[in-house]
Amino acid sequence: MDITLKVNGTPHAVDVDPRMSLLDLLRERLGLIGAKKGCDHGQCGACTVLIDGRRANACLALAVAVDGSEVTTVEGLAKGDDLHPLQAAFIEHDAFQCGYCTPGQLCSAVAMLGEPGPSAVTDDLALDPELTPEEIRERMSGNLCRCGAYVNIVKAIAEAAP
Amino acid sequence: MNRVEGRVKVTGLATYAAEYPVEAVAYAYPVQSLVAKGRIVRVHDAEAREMPGVLAVLSCEDPPRLAEDADAELALFQSRDVAYRGQIVAAVVAGTYENARAAAAAVRVEYDPDDHDVALRSDHPGFYRPDVVNPDYPSDTVKGDVEAGLAGAAASVDVTYSTPVLHNNPMEPHAAVAVWDPEGRLLVYDSTQGASPDRDTIAQTFGLPREDVRVVSRHVGGGFGAKGSTRPHAVLAALAARAAGRPVKIALTRQQMFDVTGYRTPTIQRLRLGADAGGRLTAVEHVAYEQSSTLVEFAEQTATPARVMYATPALRTAHRLVRLDVATPSWMRAPGECPGMYALESAMDELACALGMDPVELRVVNDADAEPEGGLPFSSRNLVMCLREGARRFGWRHRDPEPGVRREGEWLVGTGVAASTYPARRRPARAFAFVRDGDYVVQVAAADIGTGARTALVRIAADALGVPPDQVHVELGDSDLPEAPVAGGSMGTASWGSAVVRACEELKRGDGKEGRADTTDEVGNDARLARHAFGAQFAEVRVSSVTGEVRVPRLLGVFAAGRIVDPQLARSQFIGGMTMGLGMALMEETLTDEEFGGFLRRDLAQYHVPACADVPHVEAVWLDEQDGELNPMGSKGIGEIGIVGTAAAIGNAVHHATGHRVRDLPLTPVKILSRF
Repeated sequence: MDITLKVNGTPHAVDVDPRMSLLDLLRERLGLIGAKKGCDHGQCGACTVLIDGRRANACLALAVAVDGSEVTTVEGLAKGDDLHPLQAAFIEHDAFQCGYCTPGQLCSAVAMLGEPGPSAVTDDLALDPELTPEEIRERMSGNLCRCGAYVNIVKAIAEAAP
Repeated sequence: MNRVEGRVKVTGLATYAAEYPVEAVAYAYPVQSLVAKGRIVRVHDAEAREMPGVLAVLSCEDPPRLAEDADAELALFQSRDVAYRGQIVAAVVAGTYENARAAAAAVRVEYDPDDHDVALRSDHPGFYRPDVVNPDYPSDTVKGDVEAGLAGAAASVDVTYSTPVLHNNPMEPHAAVAVWDPEGRLLVYDSTQGASPDRDTIAQTFGLPREDVRVVSRHVGGGFGAKGSTRPHAVLAALAARAAGRPVKIALTRQQMFDVTGYRTPTIQRLRLGADAGGRLTAVEHVAYEQSSTLVEFAEQTATPARVMYATPALRTAHRLVRLDVATPSWMRAPGECPGMYALESAMDELACALGMDPVELRVVNDADAEPEGGLPFSSRNLVMCLREGARRFGWRHRDPEPGVRREGEWLVGTGVAASTYPARRRPARAFAFVRDGDYVVQVAAADIGTGARTALVRIAADALGVPPDQVHVELGDSDLPEAPVAGGSMGTASWGSAVVRACEELKRGDGKEGRADTTDEVGNDARLARHAFGAQFAEVRVSSVTGEVRVPRLLGVFAAGRIVDPQLARSQFIGGMTMGLGMALMEETLTDEEFGGFLRRDLAQYHVPACADVPHVEAVWLDEQDGELNPMGSKGIGEIGIVGTAAAIGNAVHHATGHRVRDLPLTPVKILSRF
């Protein structure tokens, strides 16, 4: 099936197998290996990308379902040689070890910082909560890190938050 | 100094095994056994072969040629016998992943099933004593008279603990891309913890000279032991590429990983400890019951930490193994030490309670001058300092030892302590250092699986050369580089670093252009000493009296691991190990399906690993430990000790909080609640 989509600002017109996920389209057809396949079932978050600005698991989206969308992957976060502040903070705080969950953590954090409203750990649901470490941990718990870099991930995000 | 590969990892440019751009690559998808034991009568693949894009179907119907001495877990399609549910019994190769997967689902395998036996239980009649346990320790040891020591003890414990099947679950699923060249040489991009040994095993499996095989693994998305030995996916990729006449990629699914990439054996462990009124041990007995497959004997060294930890006049350790219709267990972070120290350190806590003694003090009074089994002197041992420093930082002296009395609303609060230990070994390695464009290049077939090996070796080489780190470039993850051992057993940095230092020294001694090293003789001449890292872990827990949920607001680890090569990397390694230990304590468990064989909970929605919200505060610090009997860096391995003792510290804290002792990991709400 023919679809068109923009990935990191670049338009693509591709003929895809209707069974193909967005994740496999990125990795196997478009040569964008940044989004990682960790479970293919929406359970680990390693494939997190932004679809029309919202974070989503690329393994759970069929390629045909994102026809006409704008997708941002980890490859699209830096501006040329200038790293996104979150990328720089992740390096500075050693917020990764093997690096396999890192692209998903980064895309997830980029979107998370723009998500208003309370979470499961917010006390006063009427207020826009302050981004405490507890809020960060709650909002980033869809992205697993088996190396156990969470402590550093939270510090990096807290530092890079506007 | 930050990780040297940090930039490629945060920009998505680091290439893991499945991500190398290879022209005309095809895809393989395995078919797994649906019975736990039996014989394959017929593989019906006609329908699959007719499906779109299918290039080849592999199975025992037309066994592809492999060496006769191939490891039984790697000898794919060579036999009609099924040894466990989930074993790879066929595979489909197609031009696209979607077509390969669909055709694999159309392959029908007809079995003649046998009754299977998959459950580890303490009264199993099949237990036997293995000749050795991993890597080459005696299975059993006896010193003194344990029964007399127990009979004369002022206090004693006789307790049995059990730990479940655990899965490593690195974030990167095992993957490989295999490329044969026209001369019959094989290139494999593999997710492996050791390019050199992986190359050797693949060469052996295919009956090739090792010069004809190359393994490349520049970035590896975690391993924790699961990528420490060659796994079937790499062999399958090479078989499939040979059958299809094209390069072939395979990336296992998360579910397939549970079946064919190894796991930590479940254990049943009986501990008997006795002590005099002053807390000095009069006897220690540690017997571990474990499983292996019918294919390969894998005997985990679970009871070996008792041979190292505490002074005692009477000590017996033993391992008993039973061969079941299951996949072969394998290495998982701190094999032996991790489950063994869970049991020993939990039993020590129970003994402290029985004595009415502080658990830190109980460990201090039983500190050993030499290894309790065998009597080898320690190259360095600073367990007591770790305990004292940890107690100071944690605020231990304010602790009320009474269990089950601190309540904040629905939450019961408690604290616990446990010791950590891990051997500090090294193995021979080679390295090559040379000058290129005014900078220094160091080559060694090491692996960076997230440990920071690249960065640590840059620092080690820069120190040895006396130049700034930014003038040093380390090349690793390729079996064409100088031969090196696996990233495992916490001996990577010690082994590779020794060779790197010697190569750099050779470069400086010679013409200043290049230096080579092979540390075989140096390592072979190491003095006979007991070399171990030690540590102490402290946990605070909150246990809900309503739901049984356990939260861990605080974890502290204090370690004595020789000289720390890089503080930032070391801290990440320690806290990473402790975080995995928290998972072992509270949530990680794979179930064995007794009815059908194989495993249940084969994904990350059911096999829970710690998430960000589970880990509020993990702190790791270390002592400044000098030890001249290790290696040129003075370092002990740090990749595994972080997970050793964590589960015991948390379990002991749960007892302190609730007054109830749960001796069966993980400490899930249902087990806690049933005690209230």
